[in-house]
Amino acid sequence: MSAPRRRVGVLALQGDFREHLAALRACEVEGIPVRLAADLEPVDALILPGGESTTMARLMDPVLKTAIQQRSAAGMPVLGTCAGMILMARDVQGGRADQEPLQLMDIKIRRNAYGRQIDSFETEVESRAIGGSGPAVFIRAPQLIERSSHIDVLAVHGGLAVALQQGNRLALAFHPELTPDRRWHQYFLSLDGEAR
Amino acid sequence: MEELSPALNDRRGTWRVKAGLAEMLKGGVIMDVVTAEQAKIAEDAGAVAVMALERVPADIRREGGVARMSDPGLITAIIEAVTIPVMAKCRIGHFVEAQILESLGVDYIDESEVLTPADEEHHINKHAFKIPFVCGCRDLGEALRRIAEGAAMIRTKGEAGTGNVVEAVRHMRAVTGAIRKLHGAGPEELVMEAKRIGAPADLLEETARLGRLPVVNFAAGGIATPADAALMMQLGCDGIFVGSGIFKAENPSARAKAIVAATTYFDRPDILADASKSLGKAMRGLEIGAIPEEELLAGRGW
Repeated sequence: MSAPRRRVGVLALQGDFREHLAALRACEVEGIPVRLAADLEPVDALILPGGESTTMARLMDPVLKTAIQQRSAAGMPVLGTCAGMILMARDVQGGRADQEPLQLMDIKIRRNAYGRQIDSFETEVESRAIGGSGPAVFIRAPQLIERSSHIDVLAVHGGLAVALQQGNRLALAFHPELTPDRRWHQYFLSLDGEAR
Repeated sequence: MEELSPALNDRRGTWRVKAGLAEMLKGGVIMDVVTAEQAKIAEDAGAVAVMALERVPADIRREGGVARMSDPGLITAIIEAVTIPVMAKCRIGHFVEAQILESLGVDYIDESEVLTPADEEHHINKHAFKIPFVCGCRDLGEALRRIAEGAAMIRTKGEAGTGNVVEAVRHMRAVTGAIRKLHGAGPEELVMEAKRIGAPADLLEETARLGRLPVVNFAAGGIATPADAALMMQLGCDGIFVGSGIFKAENPSARAKAIVAATTYFDRPDILADASKSLGKAMRGLEIGAIPEEELLAGRGW
């Protein structure tokens, strides 16, 4: 068991990073907005929030992108929700040719796979990671279309894997940060980090 | 695996789902576009959404006449051209235009003072729709009345089509200043303040408790430069609408990218300076005092 995580970065280029920072506060962990590579240095883990993945990819400084990839390879835990899940994927369908994801997980994702905003929904999702059922908000959400055998499925909804884990990388198709339930953040904070 | 269970209990069009999409747009720029090509330029530049319309506000202002919902064919072409959310405008009070926009699959409806109002007393009952609405405001009372009607996102009205940020600043300061004054007010004082500004007391109480509006609040109306966008962000808004400011400028693509960067790095003057270089001419712009009173758009809506 590693030391408790003290500082968790939240990518703050665009999207609902304020909600993730509030969730971290509720878990009594310091959240740090990350916009440039220097912001990543003091953090022990990183959250990629919801938002528009095309916008975030366009705004991401190449130095920050490389730093995230290197820190993740060294064992820094990473959580991605919705757009964050898209950024973590190896491959994105329905994305843009110039939108290269961070490629932190061996998953292939389809963007906006549930349809348009009118098809967005809230529901309950059950997972051993949170010890039962919890609220989940799906907004123009992505869907998993392929995964390698290294990927654990933590939750299934409507026949689709919606929570995925590979080592200490966690990808959620939904937004736990839009609900008052903090169990997904607590689960993320319990994952082992890199030796620093 | 693919079998759908009837026990899924998926709930669409709820308040959390409507307001949630606005949360995802925060820190982003929503750009007015009049063609599928412009929509692609906006998406390439990093827009979080586009507003599909037939004429940008500067042209509506210049040409006059009754401004209505755009041609559904145009809106559909824009929806098909991009992967980011697409918004469209309906006239104030014109709930049938809103029904048509909902059926087209737009992601957000702007019940907008930029179009000619269809009802001079009532706004649309936005709770009746499954897709979310954004509405303009000039002050806190107006913002809370729109939220009471079901708006899941608010923006300042500013003065659209002028390229002049002064009215957006006035409206944003009016909202944030009024919220600051609620700090420390007792319940009985909040009831009287709600009466004074014409806002529902429960929403005013919630605003006082949160220290901000209960929904996402963007700036709109007159933003034309990266510095304008950063100014509005530093004044406390959550994101930026740019109407005429991009495609009425000399180099729309470069200006769009710069305004996107300025909205993210709004508190970094060094990055703003860099982003503001060599963008070509901004839209020409209008002095508000030179516009006849009856042609001001911000006064529409009640």
